[in-house]
Amino acid sequence: MSLFKIGDRTLKSRLFLGTGKFGSNTEMEEAILASESELVTVALKRIDLETDTDAILNHLKHPRINLLPNTSGARNAKEAIFAAQLAREALETNWLKLEIHPDPKYLMPDAIETLKATEALAKLGFIVLPYIHADPVLCKHLENAGTAAVMPLGSPIGSNKGLKTIDFLEIIIEQSKVPVIIDAGIGAPSDAAKAMELGADAVLVNTAIAVAGNPKFMAEAFKEAVIAGRKAFEAKLGQQYKQAVASSPLTAFLYE
Amino acid sequence: METFKSVFGDYDWDTIQSKIYQTTTKQVEQALAKSKRNLDDFIALISPAATTYLEQMAQECHELTKKRFGKTIQMYAPLYLSNECQNICTYCGFSLDNKIKRKTLSDAEIKLEVESLKEAGFDHVLLVTGEANYTVNINYFLNAIEQIKNDFSTISVEVQPLSTEEYQQLHEAGVYSVLVYQETYHQEVYKKYHTKGKKSNFDFRLETPDRIGKAGIHKIGLGVLLGLEDWRTDSFFNTLHLDYLQKTYWQTKYSVSFPRLRPAEGIIEPNFIMDDKDLTQLICAYRLWNEDLEISISTRENENFRNNIIPIGVTSMSAGSKTNPGGYVVDPQSLEQFEISDERSAQEIAKIISNKGYEAVWKDNPYLVTSPQPSPKEREPKSKIVNHHSTI
Repeated sequence: MSLFKIGDRTLKSRLFLGTGKFGSNTEMEEAILASESELVTVALKRIDLETDTDAILNHLKHPRINLLPNTSGARNAKEAIFAAQLAREALETNWLKLEIHPDPKYLMPDAIETLKATEALAKLGFIVLPYIHADPVLCKHLENAGTAAVMPLGSPIGSNKGLKTIDFLEIIIEQSKVPVIIDAGIGAPSDAAKAMELGADAVLVNTAIAVAGNPKFMAEAFKEAVIAGRKAFEAKLGQQYKQAVASSPLTAFLYE
Repeated sequence: METFKSVFGDYDWDTIQSKIYQTTTKQVEQALAKSKRNLDDFIALISPAATTYLEQMAQECHELTKKRFGKTIQMYAPLYLSNECQNICTYCGFSLDNKIKRKTLSDAEIKLEVESLKEAGFDHVLLVTGEANYTVNINYFLNAIEQIKNDFSTISVEVQPLSTEEYQQLHEAGVYSVLVYQETYHQEVYKKYHTKGKKSNFDFRLETPDRIGKAGIHKIGLGVLLGLEDWRTDSFFNTLHLDYLQKTYWQTKYSVSFPRLRPAEGIIEPNFIMDDKDLTQLICAYRLWNEDLEISISTRENENFRNNIIPIGVTSMSAGSKTNPGGYVVDPQSLEQFEISDERSAQEIAKIISNKGYEAVWKDNPYLVTSPQPSPKEREPKSKIVNHHSTI
């Protein structure tokens, strides 16, 4: 299975995890370790930046785990840029998952503010991974703005509805020059496998693991699903054969 | 500036060639089974192993083209403005070492040629020249375009490689598409055929479509001169180039042409022969790889092939073409770039197209904003508007 390069980093695991919604930090830690994920996103707003003994961060101190701070809660570019700078200082990483959602109910990403913030943050030296709608044109604009990857949603965040945007995800994967990470809505390991079979570079999962009856076991299931999906993609999936019934041959003239 | 050169550098001719020739029937079947195909699938589809699947490829090519472009063929005509050229290219009639009188059309001569094309029904013109930068340069082009822009709804150009700024000027003047062919992507072979002149600089030519893309030209046309090297390998590199351009200049449209080496004044024989079956396979492979690509067939091809290729993936055709400056009326005997093969008139071709159940589309207005804009009165009524476009 090929390694995955994003920004200046090479990763073995193509599964990214979120840290919200777990029953306890210990449960979260166990699940993350079981998933073998190397990139874990944490909401800056949940981290206590005043102490160096933050409860969440303490559970993430493992050599394999890289932190990906996110700007969850930011309502516009200005707030997101401010949060990003705080995160860089506190967590000593220029990696950033950019999330801007002015709407507190569905947490729908704001395309206009996200594009503005991506451009500004890329100029400030951030490795920006923006959370967005499955919008192929927006993805190309983000590429031009200097994004390191794109993170289109599969369905509304936290909905566990799977890949509702599949037709648009396929277009994004086909056109993208930067890694495509499917974020949000992945509700079951089969969704993750499907995303990988389509050719996504990675997936980010949070709710489906955090709220599972047994998060640790579910994390393992996702780990295996992501590997299986990626392997299937690299092995070149045999697809359903279309019936080719030639009504009248088009190439007969070549043999006359 | 990042250009195609950095992508191109990652690929090796011999490796690609052996990959193409080692393709198995299983790989071809896998590629055929897909609905979205990548560069690896393109390799499988142009391989010798795919030749036994040609009818199946043609059927899908037909369906995909019909779905995306409808049953229409866009009509265009080349207008050769000049055969002056400072390059030596051993396959081309315009080559500097051909000691034959040269001609560049004056304003009055352009007018006469344009009248003849308008009479034949054309509304899309492709301006063609050699490379003579002292006389036939951006100023000459801008002057010619200014003169003809109200006569044609679409102007394409196929001239020497220019700078980004010059392409911007063409864009602002109303040029819709620019065609530039790499001829061959085999660097050493390229050097052998292009022995003298600015064209001998392989890299400068290779990076030309990047400059066209940066300038915001609406459509870029690529192609290789089939006959200089192994067509399969060369076509892979052409596709690699298209793939890169599409991802980089994503607001641009793309077209591909398939010039097969034709007899011309003082030229050498092709090293590699590509027969009609090969060309059909190549057209199908392009379409199966890319549903949106515009595919053009010129009068280089023979009547029988042109008649039968209409329902297989083609989106635009030239007709009644002359490949010499002044060839339509002003100076029919001047030096031509190559001998055309299909000499039928535009109206005859339109009739063939119609007999095949297709419609010849003459006008296809791209909503270009040029400066200054002609007033609505000056514009002819729009007889037909379709949402796609064509060139060579």
